[in-house]
Amino acid sequence: MNPFYSGTRLRDMIRAIRACKTAAEERAVIRKECAAIRASIDENDHDYRHRNLAKLMFIHMLGYPTHFGQMECLKLIASAGFPEKRIGYLGLMLLLDERQEVLMLVTNSLKQDLNHSNQYIVGLALCALGNICSAEMARDLAPEVERLLQFRDPNIRKKAALCSIRIIRKVPDLAENFVNPAASLLKEKHHGVMITGVQLCTELCKHSSEALEYFRKKSTEAMVKTLKDLVNSPYAPEYDIAGITDPFLHIRMLRFLRVLGQGDADASDCMNDILAQVATKTESNKNSGNAILYECVETIMSIEDSGGLRVLAINILGRFLSNRDNNIRYVALNMLMKAITVDAQAVQRHRTTILECVKDSDASIRKRALDLVYLLVNESNVKPLTKELIDFLEVADQEFKGDLTAKICSIVAKYSPEKIWYIDQMLKVLSEAGNFVKDEVWHALIVVISNASDLHGYTVRTLYRAFQRSSEQQESLLRVAVWCTGEYGDMLVNNIGMLDIEDPIVVTESDAVDVAETAIKRLGSDLTTKAMGMIALLKLSSRFPSCSERINNSIVQYKGSLVLELQQRSIEFNSIIASHQKMRSVLVERMPVLDEATFIGKRAGSMTGSASTSNAAAINLPNGVSKSSAPLVDLLDLSSDDVPVPSSSGGGFIQDLLGLDLSAAPEKSGSNPTPISGADVLLDLLSIGTSPPAQSTASATDILSNQEKSPTSQLDGLSSLSSLSANKPSAAVSSPTIDLLGGLSPNLASEDENGSVYPSIVAYESGSLRITFDFSKTAGSPQTTLILATFKNLSPNSYTDFIFQAAVPKFLQLHLDSASASTLPGSGNGSITQHLRVTNSQYGKKHLVMRLRIAYKVDDKDVLEEGQVSNFPRNL
Amino acid sequence: MIHFVLLISRQGKVRLTKWYSPYTQKERSKVIRELSGMILNRGPKLCNFVEWRGLKAVYKRYASLYFCMCIDQDDNELEVLECIHHFVEILDRYFGSVCELDLIFNFHKAYYILDELLIAGELQESSKKTVARLIAAQDSLVETAKEQASSISNIIAQATK
Repeated sequence: MNPFYSGTRLRDMIRAIRACKTAAEERAVIRKECAAIRASIDENDHDYRHRNLAKLMFIHMLGYPTHFGQMECLKLIASAGFPEKRIGYLGLMLLLDERQEVLMLVTNSLKQDLNHSNQYIVGLALCALGNICSAEMARDLAPEVERLLQFRDPNIRKKAALCSIRIIRKVPDLAENFVNPAASLLKEKHHGVMITGVQLCTELCKHSSEALEYFRKKSTEAMVKTLKDLVNSPYAPEYDIAGITDPFLHIRMLRFLRVLGQGDADASDCMNDILAQVATKTESNKNSGNAILYECVETIMSIEDSGGLRVLAINILGRFLSNRDNNIRYVALNMLMKAITVDAQAVQRHRTTILECVKDSDASIRKRALDLVYLLVNESNVKPLTKELIDFLEVADQEFKGDLTAKICSIVAKYSPEKIWYIDQMLKVLSEAGNFVKDEVWHALIVVISNASDLHGYTVRTLYRAFQRSSEQQESLLRVAVWCTGEYGDMLVNNIGMLDIEDPIVVTESDAVDVAETAIKRLGSDLTTKAMGMIALLKLSSRFPSCSERINNSIVQYKGSLVLELQQRSIEFNSIIASHQKMRSVLVERMPVLDEATFIGKRAGSMTGSASTSNAAAINLPNGVSKSSAPLVDLLDLSSDDVPVPSSSGGGFIQDLLGLDLSAAPEKSGSNPTPISGADVLLDLLSIGTSPPAQSTASATDILSNQEKSPTSQLDGLSSLSSLSANKPSAAVSSPTIDLLGGLSPNLASEDENGSVYPSIVAYESGSLRITFDFSKTAGSPQTTLILATFKNLSPNSYTDFIFQAAVPKFLQLHLDSASASTLPGSGNGSITQHLRVTNSQYGKKHLVMRLRIAYKVDDKDVLEEGQVSNFPRNL
Repeated sequence: MIHFVLLISRQGKVRLTKWYSPYTQKERSKVIRELSGMILNRGPKLCNFVEWRGLKAVYKRYASLYFCMCIDQDDNELEVLECIHHFVEILDRYFGSVCELDLIFNFHKAYYILDELLIAGELQESSKKTVARLIAAQDSLVETAKEQASSISNIIAQATK
């Protein structure tokens, strides 16, 4: 023994780990143990290999890495003794899996052990092979396993049978080699061999149709007889579970019979009697009996039709469904799912019970029942079932609502008999579980609404009522309401298109505007909702001219929004409302009816495996999937093919124009203090305008042709403008374009705060000192000006103890940051900078003024200079 | 087929794991985390099945331990419950009214018993007696080997004194 190794015993290590109070302590103990084990492995210590591996398995179970122990398993397996091999194989199965290359190294040892004279060692090898073998090993060792199927000891035969199952799963080609030895296992009396033999045969049938034919011919009758003997066998204490002899064997034989009987009338006929006997005679008061009944029902449902048996099976399921035990109810629901394809009518009879199960407190049962209800729905019962489900939606658990909502939406979409019902149900779902509704669901709803022209008024009024009752949590309800208010706001206010069933409501124009404003202002609203709110406001501004002023005011508030999308929309819409009255009504016309078929086609393309109806629609539409954006996205961006409005396909030209202007203008004016950037901007605009595909250019010409310009001359203009020559057509083009941006240009100068807009000034200059000021503004607070003061020493001597002070009148506030240095070198060889912040409380009325005092030392002599700055730029 | 067997304590500590389908180490800890979260939070009266990633976890609680086996969608859940009980009874006989501590300190024994019960995720033996006999036979093989080894090392120790 190695006297230097004083490792702890396995038991002590487990105790030490269990005594740890914190995860950190545990990690420390494990680290120490692992270090000791590694050291021991490095020394190639034989005596402790066994114990080391046991420890490693425990450590592995706790989730720590143990890969360094893998080779130790192989060494233990290769050693001669049974105890070493036993722990070695256990370690192999725990620490490795079939994907590790190391596993290949064990193939040879396995082969030797499969041929070992000690049957327990053979058993260990079979067990390891059965649990973790890879396809390659399966191929290499299949002959050994095949031979062991005829081993003298039954315990080896059963292990070999299960091992064969794994081999066939890994390499299905090998199945045919196992058919004959497997068939002989079926004749055995030993239960273990029987169980594993039946399982092997079932597996063989799954992988090879020849095997299936073979067993159908040779074994069906024998299997039926064996099962009969088992069912009628007297009490056998070794195998008895709750009064039934070996339910495991029962179940496996029933499963095998199912495989044999499926699709074969003769075989099915042969097993009718025994199935009937099992179905009627099995006690159903214990779990083991129910397990057999459950398997028996599945077999009856799967084999070829024999009316009497099916009735028996459905009755058993009915009994299961009314059982108090949740497990039994669960499996009943599970089996009814399969039964529905066989006998839908019989399952429909249990509809009320199933519907009750949807409301069960057990999540697993609820899910099963909901899946089943979903299958039960058809045209005739969709209304009552949907009503039940929607009623339940109110009280359902939060975590169940998502599933439930998805299923309801799908049912309603699939089976709705009429549009008004569809819209009603969807609005209920949106109000009850708005946040669980997926985007494509409310997209689809909007498409349907848009198509139901006679229901527009009804829908928008119903939505308005629902909106009044809604809370923060119902984003998708809000979105649909906002969209409809934007589109059909006039119908809402004037009670147009009243149906007999509804009561008139009084909604003023400003109430309608409130809806859209709320969408933007609600804290919980996300960007999409806010953006939709903006669009709705724009649309309403044209529908209700009297509210136009108010709408413009609320849109303008988002000019400073940090979210680019909102800011952009705000600025664009503001400009449309303020400067383009004529164009506005055309721009915000009601959306043309959305093409339902296209939408369904697109949806089918984006969702795999959706309902067959929508797939069919997709086939009818050859090009339905080619556009990647959902129709609603187009719709939100005001796009449409036949109205000459900003089109989002290709980027939305007006948006591009404006957007570009926003980013380009400050840059230009930054480098060019004199803001004559119009032409430059236009150049940029046009250079962008020509690069998108033809479609966008076309829309540009559309817009510009409103200004009575022929498209061709404009195109000429485009090309000539690029050479920067100021010829006639280009000027003509540039004027409407600038006019288009008209609302913006003053803003850029006054509000769009960019430091370089203001020229720097020389604030003070004496013979020896020059002070320059650079100005900038912070975003969102125009009254505050940031000033960067730069000091330069023009005299040959350097200044020390340089101090700059400033004073301002009362309407200003001044904050001085500390200077970058206190020594200013002479002859202009360096500078000191200092930041000042001035807040003008009477911004826009009064201008900045400032007094300065500068103190410094030259050759230890104090100098004091004073001055006043009155040449600040205006509007600071 | 059974994809894996888990034994989890009420505190969420893993007491035994056996994987019959390939899962990487990372996946294994994720599986354990997810399932123990789902199973430990379920009330006592609810059914013993949890649907999880297209599979079904069948679990049963014995004292402080949850026994869990994960099976395919179309396997017989009730039978797997019976299987779990079968395993527990064998453990009980082997250890003599088994408790969690037995399984902690003799975890390897629990694995040996499981290996006599399941191979490749399928049931191997329905007789508790047979399993007990096989385990006992292998235990005694280990004992004799140990005795031999210690007597040999005694002889060597004597000789080299």
